[in-house]
Amino acid sequence: MIEFQDVAHDYGGGALFEGVTIALEPGSFHFLTGPSGAGKSTFLKLCYGELLPSRGTVTLQGTSLRQMSRDALAEMRNSIGVVHQDCQFLDHLDIRSNVALPLSTTGRAVSDRDVDDLLNWVGLRAQADALPPTLSGGERQRAALARAVIAAPRVLLADEPTGNLDWEMSQRLLSLMVELNRMGTAVLIATHDMNLIRTAKSQVAARVLRIAGRKLQSAGSDL
Amino acid sequence: MSAISDQIVPRSGHGAWLVWLGAAAMAYLAVFALALSISAERLADNWTAALAQSATVRISAPPAELDAQTNATLEVLRTTPGIDEARVMSAQEQADLLAVWLGPDLPLDALPLPRMLEVFETAEGPDRQGLRLRLSAEAPSAIYDDHTQWRRPLIDAASRLRALSMLALALIGGVTGAIIALAASAALASNAQVIRVLRLVGARDRFIAHAFVRRMTRRAALGATIGTALGMLSVLGLPSLGPDATNGLGFQGLSWIAPLAVPVLAALVAWAAAMATAFAVLRGVT
Ligand SMILES: Nc1ncnc2c1ncn2[C@@H]1O[C@H](COP(=O)(O)OP(=O)(O)OP(=O)(O)O)[C@@H](O)[C@H]1O
Ligand SMILES: [Mg+2]
Repeated sequence: MIEFQDVAHDYGGGALFEGVTIALEPGSFHFLTGPSGAGKSTFLKLCYGELLPSRGTVTLQGTSLRQMSRDALAEMRNSIGVVHQDCQFLDHLDIRSNVALPLSTTGRAVSDRDVDDLLNWVGLRAQADALPPTLSGGERQRAALARAVIAAPRVLLADEPTGNLDWEMSQRLLSLMVELNRMGTAVLIATHDMNLIRTAKSQVAARVLRIAGRKLQSAGSDL
Repeated sequence: MSAISDQIVPRSGHGAWLVWLGAAAMAYLAVFALALSISAERLADNWTAALAQSATVRISAPPAELDAQTNATLEVLRTTPGIDEARVMSAQEQADLLAVWLGPDLPLDALPLPRMLEVFETAEGPDRQGLRLRLSAEAPSAIYDDHTQWRRPLIDAASRLRALSMLALALIGGVTGAIIALAASAALASNAQVIRVLRLVGARDRFIAHAFVRRMTRRAALGATIGTALGMLSVLGLPSLGPDATNGLGFQGLSWIAPLAVPVLAALVAWAAAMATAFAVLRGVT
């Protein structure tokens, strides 16, 4: 699905990580951890082509990011659901329209029933008609997850999706992602939440990756 | 689907009035330039048609020779290929012609008027050079005048007028495009976050561009329609130049259809300018 080949990224102040080679296979479940500022969000941005790597190759479904046309990248993103750390909504549209964006902007049919069911699941049924700026941080994160999964993506990338949530709601969102993963979606979650990782490992064969010392390491055994 | 693509760009009025008013003003001017162009062409046609295939021969001879030279001239004309008909103008006709310039109370008998012959040429016309040579031999006082010296400058003036109005139309189109491009880049700049989010959720450039361009085009078309309507009303209200309006400035008959193309062209120019701007901006967003 997504392959990194000897990837390094550098915003100009030295490489955040280098020599990263990894593949996110269909149906895989990964966590990405590491200290704040280690480059977790950067890693995710490389996965959906918001950034190009300073070195190495990122390949999405067999095509190198560098060789991809803008339309091909857009098409690729149709099958990648992303929860951005800063959510990224259209602030003038209500939550229902925001959640439906991956469908409505790509000419796919939007079923109000499906959108409302999903909002129900993440506990935002009452906020469906609210504008994003009026929501709390946790509510925004839940709406962002709903938007990321609405189009049944083949890859789900979630950047701190539970950062502002209570434990119960975190569990609920995790089970949504696990369910999606069981249907074949590759899942990658960047998080600091060790409890979340432990709970997930009891439900699914999750691998834990860690960015430390400019390297991407597998941390599967020490948890 | 079309509902969402209409809402995706916030309805903030950034530059909306600029597009609207700019298109209206430019369309208003375009209608006048068009009226000028069409009138110039019609004038040139009228003048050439009026002057073509007719000529006059003026004979200013002493009274004793006048009749002889007139007959000689008529004889020459009769035997010249390319001349359809030639006849001597009556004193009354001459008086009528002069009355336009000198008033009706002309003491005609007291003036030493030249004799005038009216000549109708065939479509091909005569060999004027040869005709003048023969006339100078047979009737030295006869001067053949085919109005060429009138026709040339009139046609030149009309075609210059036409070229200038075309240039004006081109300038109007260019300025309209520049206004729209400016408004489009302002709208795109103030909606950078919207564009970013749309790209992130997988919208194609074409979809994003259309969301902006559609609105620009609609505003430009609306403004241009109003400007065109006002322009046409103004042209309609121009003072008429007498009962025979064919020499006036303005549209006539079918040419009233021509200004209706202005809003369509304005929409096309707006669409192209906004599209080019949108794609240029989008190239900078991943
Ligand atoms: N656009 C940018 N330009 C320059 N530097 C950047 C940019 N984005 C991020 N950085 C820097 O790169 C480093 C890694 O940022 P990143 O957001 O990937 O970290 P993170 O691991 O996600 O951190 P956190 O856990 O706090 O979200 C940080 O030091 C940040 O300041
Ligand atoms: Mg981050």
